[in-house]
Amino acid sequence: MPNRNLGIAAIVVVLALALLPLAGSRYSVDLATQVLIYCLFALSLNVLIGYTGNISFGHAAYFAIGGYACAVLLTTYHWPLVLALPAAVVISGLAAAVIGYFCVRLTQIYFAMLTLAFAMLVWGIAFKWKDVTGGDDGFTGVLVPALLEGHVNYYYFTLAMVALGVGLLWMICHSAFGLTLVAIRENAVRAGFIGVDTSKMRWASFTVAGTFAGLAGALFGMYNRGMYIENAFWTESAQVMIMVLLGGIYSFVGPLIGAAVLYLLQVVTNQYTPYWPTVLGLILLVVVLVLPDGLVGLAKRVGGKGSRA
Amino acid sequence: MTQMLSIKGLWKSFAGFVATRDIHLELNAGETHAVIGPNGAGKTTFFNLITGHLRPDQGTVLFEGKSLVGLAPEKIVRMGIARSFQRINIYPRLTVFENVQVALIAHAGQHWNLFRSGRSLHREETADLLRLVGLVDEAPEIGGELSYGKQKQLELAIALASQPRLLLLDEPTAGMSPQETAEAIALVRDIVRARGLTLLFTEHDMSVVFGIAERISVLHHGEIIASGTPDEVRNDPEVKRVYLGEHAHG
Repeated sequence: MPNRNLGIAAIVVVLALALLPLAGSRYSVDLATQVLIYCLFALSLNVLIGYTGNISFGHAAYFAIGGYACAVLLTTYHWPLVLALPAAVVISGLAAAVIGYFCVRLTQIYFAMLTLAFAMLVWGIAFKWKDVTGGDDGFTGVLVPALLEGHVNYYYFTLAMVALGVGLLWMICHSAFGLTLVAIRENAVRAGFIGVDTSKMRWASFTVAGTFAGLAGALFGMYNRGMYIENAFWTESAQVMIMVLLGGIYSFVGPLIGAAVLYLLQVVTNQYTPYWPTVLGLILLVVVLVLPDGLVGLAKRVGGKGSRA
Repeated sequence: MTQMLSIKGLWKSFAGFVATRDIHLELNAGETHAVIGPNGAGKTTFFNLITGHLRPDQGTVLFEGKSLVGLAPEKIVRMGIARSFQRINIYPRLTVFENVQVALIAHAGQHWNLFRSGRSLHREETADLLRLVGLVDEAPEIGGELSYGKQKQLELAIALASQPRLLLLDEPTAGMSPQETAEAIALVRDIVRARGLTLLFTEHDMSVVFGIAERISVLHHGEIIASGTPDEVRNDPEVKRVYLGEHAHG
């Protein structure tokens, strides 16, 4: 798709989302807020999975670190949002840099297992460090600035932050850096022989992914007025990975679509049956067997364009 | 002539199997040198030892006086050595254009730039390189969907994008028909001459190399058994015995 058309499409989507509170109920505005947050979360993971070809099984860790950090700085330390939010994003980026430093030494399944191990460690810290995180009870009563207390205002704030995050990720994924990441995904050995230090690049990709997951987590913690250890649990990492797969890893917008579709499906399913995990399993089955390139790949096949990187 | 590459006493074994045995090889700047030998003679291992893909057990590799042993491939490329691979080694899901473009980006050190659009960079140079190897029309195609011979040409363009002074081609004609082989060799020869490159290449088919190589080394069971001008090598009794004999039924 030419960049200009995509730019117009992006503006139309943002405008439509901006108009939502005028037409929609409180429920739909809240739902849209959550969907936007998960869109950013899924997109951040795809920097690693789709662009770099590194499957992380522990991406919830950075979402949780961002969420807890922002919540603690706002509530426990009474930092203003303009400081707490950027600090939370930086903290999750730093955590990703430290953890990624070790993870990128490995590849494939060993890489995936190490990301999972570190994520469980983060979960364990959130569980045990009761004084700071609230442990098992969660960190509740997050203080958000008065201006953002209304659900419509918070929705607009989320929309702005997610749009900023998506815009930055678009730039990064389509930069010289992003193109080189794709080369590493396609053939890491060859990338080494054109002069690319593939480990360092993968490390940078890991850090970028963690940073934006942290932003999504911070937005989530404020929306939810709380963070819970479940947010760091491995099932959260699995769910965001399924969002990415469902949308399609070989397309920039795929994870956005996957996150929106999966989240809305979950909400709808929960209204009829308590068996969401079963439905999730079926969705995963269909994606893996029938939709290897996700919904975006399906759309391209139906449109007769064929898939590409 | 100045010496470009100096290899002394290079050994490598895998679990007791000696893949290269005490290899010595000197390469002067501007020389075209072929390493020939049947499949399994250790040619690819030899290349992997020079380019940092493998680390030798023993021996020295000096490029323009600097040691290459223990350096990572990405460091060695930046010193001015680029290579192609016997088995196709491209980015299968990138376009032909991007395959070359990303090599130019890496060569210019722009792969750390998170802000500039990757697709806008080095468009002219990419087109020039594709023209050079005869892939202009294929530029928008997906690399992995090209014919085998064209993927080999693409590999050559990727290697040239790193602007090497020393070019290493591992069996540039492997898997090609006689017609394709002749064209590929002519292409390589023209490029090497036009750019003043030093070329070291491997080949299992002896007849291919006489038209292009100034010097030939014969590798047999990991050992160089003869080295010299094409005529010297052709008339070497040892080469005749082991190489041509094996080749006749290989």
